[in-house]
Amino acid sequence: MALFTYDSKKDTRSGFGAGMEYLSQNNSKVVALCADLIGSLKLESFIKNSPERFFQTGIAEANMIGLAAGLSIGGYIPYATTFANFGTGRVYDQIRQSVAYSGKNVKIACSHAGLTLGEDGATHQILEDIGLMKMLPGMVVINPCDYNQTKAATIAIASYEGPVYLRFGRPVVPVFTSENQVFEIGKALRLIEGTDVSIFATGHLVWEAIIAAEILLEKGIHAEIINIHTIKPLDVDAIHTSVAKTGCVVSAEEHQINGGLGDSIAQYLALNLPSPQEFVGVYDTFGESGKPAELMEKYGLNANSIVEKALLAISRKK
Amino acid sequence: MQTTELQKVASQVRRDILRQVHGVQSGHPGGSLGCTDLLVELFFNSMNLKLDSSGQVIFQMDGKNEDVFFLSNGHISPLLYSVLARRGYFNVSELASFRKLNSRLQGHPTPHEHLEGVRIASGSLGQGLSVAIGVAQAKKLNSDNSIVYCLMGDGEQNEGQVWEAAMYAPHHNVNNLIVFIDENGQQIDGPTEKVMNNLDLEAKYQAFGWQVLRVDGNNMSDLTAVIQESKALLVNNKPVMVIMKTEMGAGVDFMMHSHKWHGVAPNDEQLAAALGQLEETLGDY
Repeated sequence: MALFTYDSKKDTRSGFGAGMEYLSQNNSKVVALCADLIGSLKLESFIKNSPERFFQTGIAEANMIGLAAGLSIGGYIPYATTFANFGTGRVYDQIRQSVAYSGKNVKIACSHAGLTLGEDGATHQILEDIGLMKMLPGMVVINPCDYNQTKAATIAIASYEGPVYLRFGRPVVPVFTSENQVFEIGKALRLIEGTDVSIFATGHLVWEAIIAAEILLEKGIHAEIINIHTIKPLDVDAIHTSVAKTGCVVSAEEHQINGGLGDSIAQYLALNLPSPQEFVGVYDTFGESGKPAELMEKYGLNANSIVEKALLAISRKK
Repeated sequence: MQTTELQKVASQVRRDILRQVHGVQSGHPGGSLGCTDLLVELFFNSMNLKLDSSGQVIFQMDGKNEDVFFLSNGHISPLLYSVLARRGYFNVSELASFRKLNSRLQGHPTPHEHLEGVRIASGSLGQGLSVAIGVAQAKKLNSDNSIVYCLMGDGEQNEGQVWEAAMYAPHHNVNNLIVFIDENGQQIDGPTEKVMNNLDLEAKYQAFGWQVLRVDGNNMSDLTAVIQESKALLVNNKPVMVIMKTEMGAGVDFMMHSHKWHGVAPNDEQLAAALGQLEETLGDY
């Protein structure tokens, strides 16, 4: 039984491009910077509409972050864009000093996050970016789940004053959230109500969690599926309410288990509502070349892994 | 302001630097003393700052329609703090809190503590030029004809990001930007030519597309002249780089000709000896 349906599959980065196209026409303060990856970031429409508000930096990400900080001082809302690896890990200190510590209204918007970048391999597949960004005081961290949500998040963060890390990806995935949704930073979205286990998923893993819920339902298990599109600030009220009801947790993310969404949930629960928790994520290893689906299978980032961890979490309930 | 008046301000600023560093026994007096003349010249003469009807400076983060300055080598913070306070951004008495707990005058400058006059954090080197270019481009988008100034250290030229920014500004015809490099020839581990030789900075920046000038950074009238010359060159649609030869510790004889005073505070005796060489012109804080 399908709990959710979809009409098409699209890449979340195209949702970003669509959001930027909207902003090019509706927010004259938004400017975009890109480090030689216009096509990968789907910025063509933004540049066509607002060429004077686009800054090509060349393959120089450190400079790009500083430029963005400067543009924000001058009253603009810069979106600094590149692959997630080069936009976070490579320029951590620039983001730390010139953006986060300086409290600048800079949006770091990155594609090709996680394993699903595929064949380029581990040099390009960052699995640590959520951790790096969430550790910075004041940084908002968002990882939307599909095209529509990425578009909505891209538009919404322009209205938020402060530094944001927006993370999205390359592969096409089902488009199952509503078109023209209003994106609320920090608001978890319950997709499926359940009583036996709380499954908190982010990004590409949200759809896999929905599939997992269908599989679990066939086994008579009612999983609650919650989309955590904002990892920081974390919607701890939604987490508390769900776990108080279900008594156990699975977190699912295309990221290292160290420093990711699961980490944040575990920290909250350890202090407030200690509960059995299982983690779907990458276990302290680098990725490798392969097709996205193959990689997600090999590293245990799919519906079957979520089902397995859900059963384990349930078995640990006292 | 006349050269002689600027020199009087500079003498007081040098006293402030030494007293701040002495007061907390921590900080970087050498480079601060070396760059004093430039910052005094900019803030008290060449820069067009935003003023209220009574002539008092007003701080606005966006810096719209005024010249703005970015300090990339943030460790010379006691200089920046003194100049900002003496120019009226905040009370000079606050200089006594330099580097102490709960102070807005952090070891390295930051807007995190909402200190008037500071628009970006600096300290981790190599980032200020990029920020200055971003502000310059924002000014162009805003049709704001004022100028962005930036100061970097010569040791800082070791950082790769500096050269990313150096490549970018001429490529994008950033023609409202005047940058200074404090060429004092010293960095923490010794002379720059031994630690990491910059070789010919003039030729390097020219090759990157900059208009390059040279100046004696401890000669006030020369500084005034080079800033005027730099402004005139901006019509050529390229940024200007001024390689500014300074003496670390300038103004205090026993602090010059060595990198020893890069990050060392004077003791009571040394402070007294140093202050004896610098006239108190505006009143100590």
